[in-house]
Amino acid sequence: MGDHGPAKGFGRWLYTTNHKDIGTMYLWFSFAMFLMGGVFALVIRAELFQPGLQLVEPEFFNQMTTMHGLVMVFGAVMPAFVGLANWLIPMMIGAPDMALPRMNNWSFWILPFAFAMLTSTLFMEGGGPNFGWTFYAPLSTTYAPPSVTYFIFAVHIMGASSIMGSINIIATILNMRAPGMTLMKMPLFVWTWLITAYLLIAVMPVLAGCVTMMLMDIHFGTSFFSAAGGGDPVLFQHVFWFFGHPEVYIMILPAFGIVSAIIPTFARKPLFGYASMVYATASIAFLSFIVWAHHMFTVGMPIAGELFFMYATMLIAVPTGVKVFNWVTTMFRGSMTFETPMLFAIAFVILFSIGGFSGLMLAIAPADFQYHDTYFVVAHFHYVLVPGAIFSIMAAVYYWLPKWCGNMYDERLGKAHFWLSFIGLNVTFFPMHFVGLAGMPRRIPDYALQFADFNQIASMGAFLFGFSQVFFLFIVIKTIRGGAQATDEVWESPEGLEWTVASPAPYHTFTTPPAVK
Amino acid sequence: MRLITTQLARKGLLVLSRVAALPALLATSAATWAAPGDAVVDEAQRWVLNMTEGVTAVSREIFDLHMLIFWICVAIAVVVFGVMFWSMLMHRKSAGAKAASFHESTMVEIAWTVLPFMILVLMAIPATSSLIKIYDTSEADIDIKIVGYQWKWQYEYLGEDVSFFSNLTTSQDEIYGRAPRGEHYLLEVDEPLVIPINKKVRFLITANDVLHAWWVPALAVKRDAIPGYINDAWTIVEEPGIYRGQCAELCGKAHGFMPIVVHAMEEQDYSDWLVEKKKEALEIAKMNELVLPLDEMYARGEEVYLQSCAACHGVDGKGGVGPSMVGTAITTGPMQGHVDVLVNGVQGSAMQAFGNQLSELDLAAVVTYERNAWGNNMGDMVQAVDVLNYKKNQ
Ligand code: HEC
Ligand SMILES: [Cu+2]
Repeated sequence: MGDHGPAKGFGRWLYTTNHKDIGTMYLWFSFAMFLMGGVFALVIRAELFQPGLQLVEPEFFNQMTTMHGLVMVFGAVMPAFVGLANWLIPMMIGAPDMALPRMNNWSFWILPFAFAMLTSTLFMEGGGPNFGWTFYAPLSTTYAPPSVTYFIFAVHIMGASSIMGSINIIATILNMRAPGMTLMKMPLFVWTWLITAYLLIAVMPVLAGCVTMMLMDIHFGTSFFSAAGGGDPVLFQHVFWFFGHPEVYIMILPAFGIVSAIIPTFARKPLFGYASMVYATASIAFLSFIVWAHHMFTVGMPIAGELFFMYATMLIAVPTGVKVFNWVTTMFRGSMTFETPMLFAIAFVILFSIGGFSGLMLAIAPADFQYHDTYFVVAHFHYVLVPGAIFSIMAAVYYWLPKWCGNMYDERLGKAHFWLSFIGLNVTFFPMHFVGLAGMPRRIPDYALQFADFNQIASMGAFLFGFSQVFFLFIVIKTIRGGAQATDEVWESPEGLEWTVASPAPYHTFTTPPAVK
Repeated sequence: MRLITTQLARKGLLVLSRVAALPALLATSAATWAAPGDAVVDEAQRWVLNMTEGVTAVSREIFDLHMLIFWICVAIAVVVFGVMFWSMLMHRKSAGAKAASFHESTMVEIAWTVLPFMILVLMAIPATSSLIKIYDTSEADIDIKIVGYQWKWQYEYLGEDVSFFSNLTTSQDEIYGRAPRGEHYLLEVDEPLVIPINKKVRFLITANDVLHAWWVPALAVKRDAIPGYINDAWTIVEEPGIYRGQCAELCGKAHGFMPIVVHAMEEQDYSDWLVEKKKEALEIAKMNELVLPLDEMYARGEEVYLQSCAACHGVDGKGGVGPSMVGTAITTGPMQGHVDVLVNGVQGSAMQAFGNQLSELDLAAVVTYERNAWGNNMGDMVQAVDVLNYKKNQ
């Protein structure tokens, strides 16, 4: 078998069935969406820099909060993890490619269309979706702008893409492991993705059902969510969050896998409690299905429901705690160095834990009556998503980029990027805890005067964070175009099959299965 | 390339040092950020870091619960981050640390599963008892129905024949920075909800159009207002005062502009207020018998229009969320149809039924205004009694 290289020109990318090409496209696409979602966020922060309305009208402000959320969740974080899965899972389990390469191509290529459609709504009459990324009915049905139909179609396409991606990942992991690669030898990134893929397959159809019911209500005279027609607006929230809560874990489980790969490498010590990490991930996945109504403590559930969802939610702290303790114990008595991926991973552990603590506070139903729908919630979920999901993705890029392109990134620039992001993030989101507790609701374009100071600080942090990511783009491009030649191992004796192939990884790897110890 | 990167790094550092200096900078010169003339917020309010303790037994209980959980989290954080920073300091390769190779211990795993679980049980006990208290809405002294509308609140004192709307009074000029902002910018209304202190007041909360949420932090009451549902909540306020809150569920364009103001007063003052309110209602009923000339109706209608309609149809009648009012089939067509739109609204659109929101006189006035403003010049008018008859006969 000859080692044939990639085709030339645009056709290479359009027709490719190569997991590395597709992974690369996913990653670039998600970065583009990250910048676009970031611009939306900066519009929000610019308007909130001062009390009063200066830059945008409330209608447009609402479109920005909605699109920021949708684009970041479905366009930036999820495709980035799928991109990493594409690049890494076959190399980690010693497979030549993904199990279903043509479907792989398809699941990527429908995404740009979905997001083109979603973004185009901003230019339509009546504006784009303006009902929040949670799109509660009836604001998103009876009272929605006409563009909502495009939004629904775009969500369907994204869902189809995710489901296909998940089927592919499951098929790959279950069928294509090299001989000797038993399940309990798989790297944690593979484990967490396997579980994530099951979550996706379970909940994406629920989301599809949810938007389909909206479509029926809007165009075909049904009343699923309209009280006037005998329907139920609260039903919407139950259906949405039955998808939405597992979705939150879809965005964090692969991050756990990444961090579990990076910390041992730079602590020069094996991961502590591998088996318990696997069980903890599975427990979190299970619990994620029975806590959804903690997003709805104020809808007026019966007290039994309120108590059930409170207890179940608090329980999630246990497996999450186990993970954090394992990471910390991995560092304990290691021989640590602090290269950029490690800095991001350590920041992940600390800041994600802070987000976890505020999550535990939010789980306490009576206290949630004060926190719900305030900036405290905004602070909470940005602490789990930005230093959680996003930092883990950046850590992954710094960690595996030398393997992908064969060049080392510039360590000084990487560290500068880390510190700028770290400071920008905390300056942006930490003050949000304060204004939230002081009584500022979320999703408002203007606020009372006493919230002005912390909002100003948050806005400045947001611009710092935003521009640091342009710097990241620069670092990545610079690394791809040149830099010190990376060794095959890249780091000091890292674990995993991907480090046994050349750097840059050849177009085809493991065409004959490797030997697994 | 090198040059650019070092320059970039230097720039980054500059921005960094500026950001680090921010709090100090702001503390000294924050007044320069606000628009000139805006009310000055006192120091204590500007840097509020924590939840209010509020003015009810429940709000204090929630505050204590919040602080309890917070301190438990802090304690856990100190231990976990302590070990972490200790490792980062002492177990560095550069400090000559050699890596150990242990990587498993079932005992340890069981310990840090069981211990957190027990801490959680300790947290759940007070949380459960608070929740049970909050859910006990029985035996209220006063029942008030609260209805959320895009974008205002209606308060109806059940059994008292008193009902009114509560609208934001902050002017557009303040919002757009053309006038200095007052002390209660965005948190002020034309008619606050009035309740007596030391009485159990039950709120029955619902909505007319989309979801809203009624929230007053000082009372620790937050309940979603949902069309087709009636949620209940209660409070016993202990100190007289004015307490402010906001709608807490995204409800469209003016979600940020539908505040809640609760005026809690001594029982006697409350009774006086209630008597006064009932008298007012009678007067309005009397006004409905009035027959006014066109110019007076027009002037009154303009006021009503600016208050209740301009947000959607535009100050100049040219439209916005709602359609233009200039020369349309309704505003320049038969009177009957025009009155009908006002009284019954347009099903399935943002145009609400104003029949129960405005008095007959105001309904008549605003219709008259629309038919004669912006060059519609119909020259005709409608009186309160006509609207009353229309309502009765439909
Ligand atoms: C929340 C936004 C909103 C408010 C407030 C509002 N309207 Fe409307 N109005 C609408 C919308 C939207 C329509 C179009 C309904 C349709 O036909 O679908 C409308 C339609 C109308 C029409 C019929 C116009 C035509 O030619 O078809 C009239 C008349 C009208 N409104 C008068 C008023 C008056 C008077 C007020 C104040 C008392 C008012 N509206 C307040 C949104 C609003
Ligand atoms: Cu509202």
